[in-house]
Amino acid sequence: MNDIAISLQGVTKVFGETVANKDVTMDVKRGEILALLGENGSGKTTLMNMLSGIYYPDGGTISVDGVPVDIRSPKDAFELGIGMVHQHFKLVDVFTAAENMILGVETKERFDRKKVYADMNEICEKYGFDINPEQKVYDMSVSQKQTLEIVKVLYRGANILILDEPTAVLTPQETEKLFNVIRNMKENGKSVIIITHKLHEVLAISDRVAILRKGEYIDTIDTSTATEAILTEMMVGKKVELNIDRPEVKEKFKRLEIKHLNCVDADGVRVLKDINFDVYSGEILGIAGISGNGQKELLEAIAGLQLVSPDSSVVYFEPSEQEESQLVGRTPKQIRDLGVHLSFVPEDRLGMGLVGSMGMSENMMLKNYGEAKGVFTDLKRPKALADQIKEDLEVVTPSLNTPVRKLSGGNVQKVLVGREIASNPTVLMTAYAVRGLDINTSYTIYHLLNEQKKNGVAVIYVGEDLDVLVELCDRIVVLCGGRVNGILDGRNTTKEEIGLLMTNLKEEEN
Amino acid sequence: MDSIISLIRAAVSFGTVIMFGSIGEIITEKSGNLNLGVPGIMYLGGIASLSGVYVYENATENPSSLVCVVIALLCAFIASALGGLIYAFLTITLRANQNVTGLTLTIFGSGVANFFGGSLNTLAGKFEQIAVPVTSAAFRAVFAPLANLGIVGQLVFSYGFMVYLAVIVAIATHFFLNHTRKGLNLRAVGESPATADAAGINVTKNKYLAICIGAGISGFGGTYYVMDYIKGTWANDGSIETLGWLAVALVIFTTWKSKNAIGGAYLFGILYWMYNYVPGLTRSSMEIFKMLPYVVTLVVLIIVSLKNSKEKQPPASLGQAYFREDR
Amino acid sequence: MKNRNNLSEPFVRIAKRDDMSFGKRVLVRLVAILLSLAVSAVIIFAITKYNPVTVYVTMFQGALGTRTRVWSTLKEMFLLTCIAVGLAPAFKMRFWNIGAEGQVLVGGIVSAGCMIYLTGLPSVALFTIMIISSVLIGAIWGLIPALFKAKWNTNETLFTLMMNYVAIQFTSFVVSKWENPYGSNTVGIINQNTRIGWLPALFKQQYLLDLLMVIGLVIFMYIYLTKSKHGYEIAVVGESENTARYAGINVKKVFIRTMLISGGICGFAGFLAVSGVSHTISTSTAGGRGFTAIIVAWLAKFNTFTMILISLLLAFLDNGATEIASKCKLNDYASDMIIGVILFFILGSEFFINYKLIFREKTAKEGK
Repeated sequence: MNDIAISLQGVTKVFGETVANKDVTMDVKRGEILALLGENGSGKTTLMNMLSGIYYPDGGTISVDGVPVDIRSPKDAFELGIGMVHQHFKLVDVFTAAENMILGVETKERFDRKKVYADMNEICEKYGFDINPEQKVYDMSVSQKQTLEIVKVLYRGANILILDEPTAVLTPQETEKLFNVIRNMKENGKSVIIITHKLHEVLAISDRVAILRKGEYIDTIDTSTATEAILTEMMVGKKVELNIDRPEVKEKFKRLEIKHLNCVDADGVRVLKDINFDVYSGEILGIAGISGNGQKELLEAIAGLQLVSPDSSVVYFEPSEQEESQLVGRTPKQIRDLGVHLSFVPEDRLGMGLVGSMGMSENMMLKNYGEAKGVFTDLKRPKALADQIKEDLEVVTPSLNTPVRKLSGGNVQKVLVGREIASNPTVLMTAYAVRGLDINTSYTIYHLLNEQKKNGVAVIYVGEDLDVLVELCDRIVVLCGGRVNGILDGRNTTKEEIGLLMTNLKEEEN
Repeated sequence: MDSIISLIRAAVSFGTVIMFGSIGEIITEKSGNLNLGVPGIMYLGGIASLSGVYVYENATENPSSLVCVVIALLCAFIASALGGLIYAFLTITLRANQNVTGLTLTIFGSGVANFFGGSLNTLAGKFEQIAVPVTSAAFRAVFAPLANLGIVGQLVFSYGFMVYLAVIVAIATHFFLNHTRKGLNLRAVGESPATADAAGINVTKNKYLAICIGAGISGFGGTYYVMDYIKGTWANDGSIETLGWLAVALVIFTTWKSKNAIGGAYLFGILYWMYNYVPGLTRSSMEIFKMLPYVVTLVVLIIVSLKNSKEKQPPASLGQAYFREDR
Repeated sequence: MKNRNNLSEPFVRIAKRDDMSFGKRVLVRLVAILLSLAVSAVIIFAITKYNPVTVYVTMFQGALGTRTRVWSTLKEMFLLTCIAVGLAPAFKMRFWNIGAEGQVLVGGIVSAGCMIYLTGLPSVALFTIMIISSVLIGAIWGLIPALFKAKWNTNETLFTLMMNYVAIQFTSFVVSKWENPYGSNTVGIINQNTRIGWLPALFKQQYLLDLLMVIGLVIFMYIYLTKSKHGYEIAVVGESENTARYAGINVKKVFIRTMLISGGICGFAGFLAVSGVSHTISTSTAGGRGFTAIIVAWLAKFNTFTMILISLLLAFLDNGATEIASKCKLNDYASDMIIGVILFFILGSEFFINYKLIFREKTAKEGK
């Protein structure tokens, strides 16, 4: 009997000008845990979306159990026993867990809630899940939602499960629990494909690992023969010594003093808990943490975009004079009117940092269109600036008026970073500045940040790649559960140390 | 006492028109499409049933009541569903803006209906007021033994059959949406089409069906209005349009739950006709009274947004087009 | 499991299209209009048995055949354009102001009220008061939903829709208050003899002044939206409220300010409809134009000059179809029917501008 569950032959997918997957040929065996490894933007998710029927390949064949198949919709995928848990959960908020589970199942059976609840409890027992069938999704935690997604796929009888970056939102304990579930599923004869870019997870859970790089399939190797070094090399191409510059700046001044910063979000959850730290000029302060542990709120609070508790304090120290200003309670515009040059490269580039439908020129004046005299905007200076940024950062765009949403991710980021640096900041905050960018563009960004640091700017760098944080940053603040769980010296720390602080809260809440 | 009874009776008749309209629209909106063409659809339903039975009654010596009713309902459903189909094709397949397409459908539907309503006689070469006596009588027939049961009979059993049909449709819709798998799938489409799609639900098919069937049901509101409410004739006075917008308002009032449409529709009826029963109103202050249904809807809309309860919101994807390969 | 060997890729797929050239865009729309005219011709032929060519000649004569008819078409055009111009900033901000009908009506009510009660004023003062008050009341009518949207994110589509009917009932109320003659349930032509509060004719053209004012508005709004800081803010808020907050724009303030302007211009349209055109007030003073203008504003993609063209097309059809109807002794609702058909086609044609269809290649691979 053939032990190949899925076989891909020359699968290609193109979005507009971008080739997301190019001629991918690989196999998934029955009853194995296969890790699909690749950098951000290497086409892992797109490839898997073609298996689950979300996208349709532009070329190539997919075979299941040795038979070429045509997966036009998720329904086709389900019929073939393929189920995918998407990174962004596909759940209906106002439905109960059980209602979500039976969505789209084709059966003549009557809709009997009791029976469905029983079915759900049965699956939960078999694999060791803990989930209440009657709970509404909007009342669930992230890990509960993920569990529900997996239950959903199992309920539909999937033999091949695809999990897209399942650990990104989980605590270490939850991750361990998930891995047990995955091993459990393997023992039940299921194939599991886990998409990830975390090497230690690959080594911990998988039987084999397939590597994608820039949309192309590189190779599949047995995990037992793999090491982090080998995998990195395959993932990135050449053996990389990251070797990011970390220039030394002699004179450092206190630029921001953050004290007792507390923040409660719209759902009443305390997302920032008593944050205290200082930010100095001439240094890059890294902020590490599993995504969703308060990074976004922290930066937005400093920028005046987040409502914070009244006793919070963010004091800004003017470089030239000995003046200090309280930033809490001020809007971005009021902060700017104080003369504080605060630049911010937000995580959501097109949804917050730029206006997608406008061209480069018009985007240049997003923050200072008000400075033009009279009631009209002045496009001359923005146009000149756009021209200069296009030149300096080698932005590829048909014209300065082409809507920026039509540019590639790297070019969008260049436009945004370019604008923020052009405003001569004294504080520069960046959130996931290199997410989704290729290595070259990433280095351009690191270089720009270092330049700013040398010019005496206080740079805050929120990042997810620990290797980069360790090499680039002077100090690293580690956030965990909305708290500062440690502040490390970038020169004397290891990513293991950071990783530990990211996942284990030092002192429990009183 | 008599005046209260007659107010309630007026309210029930009035409510039935908009109940059909709003149940159809609830089904449509549950699929995530806001169809502002309800008035146009009700117009189509009204004129199609009228034209259908007009032809039949004029062509037959002794028209049968049953055939009349069947023709009226069938024509109404088909014409309204076709109106819905135009809207569905434009907004789903061609991804046109829902608001604009819906408004266009209202213009189109009212144009078609008023054109034929005003010209049927001319086209048929006659000059008197258009009338379909047999059909109207069939729609207005009451079951005498029950209707004569004193007050209860007057309040509950003295209406044409469509009044009861509306209630049945409301309850059936509620059952369908909440207690069947197909209904659950449909609601998933309206809440989160991407989720529904990933679950293997055919989003396009669900939307098409919901819009066309919803439109068909809305169209019955027009039929009831023409056959029962104004007794089988036609008036180019724009009343159906007003009623159509009230049906849209009622959808908000019910917080998208069809069983609430029953009470809501009658309440709207009471609010609408109240001016007739409040003593001492001048003709002008009556007009102010007629604002009540809209004002009450506004208040409900505000309270819903203020409370922000997850259970009382419009379907989450209402008004947005869905395109799978969007990225 | 069923055999999937013989399945091939879908027959047609849809993909977003990058910028289409200007010429092609115009061409697509022209084709759509021509197709819709052909379909309308079939419908008209089916009903009237008239030769479609004769029908369109009749239409042309009806809309542009005589000087009066030209002006009647222009009148319809500038009223529609004026309302559409009012809606443009709201739509650009992605604020679905469906309430133009009501905003026009309240503006009209106030104008009519001024004409009835302020007959003693000198005309300059009267017109100033009329314009200011009708703009103001329209602005207030637009402000109410904006306030709730800003404060509690109340759905503005449904809110403004309901406000229309409040306005319509309010109109019925004033009509019965002001009815003349008593019992007619209409207001009649106000100041028929004195012509107080009637916009004066210019060069003996009754509507010329109205037309010029609307053209002025079109130019103003074009500049306001594309060149001014306010216009920039509106564009940013419409694209993403988060980006707007990031840029330091006070989103609530922009909501409120823009709806004041939007409602105000619609109120001004009410003034034009009463003082410049009909010289009376009734629930049909807005006559559905508030709804039609939504379609005009949307199709014009916020370009106010394009709004003139689309309004002209609709006005032409409206008057043309009315002529057909009267020639054939049919009622003039035929025009709504034809306008509906044409709008359906134009709406549908947008798809072919924004998306492209990728057909399966003829030489499909052989199944193995």
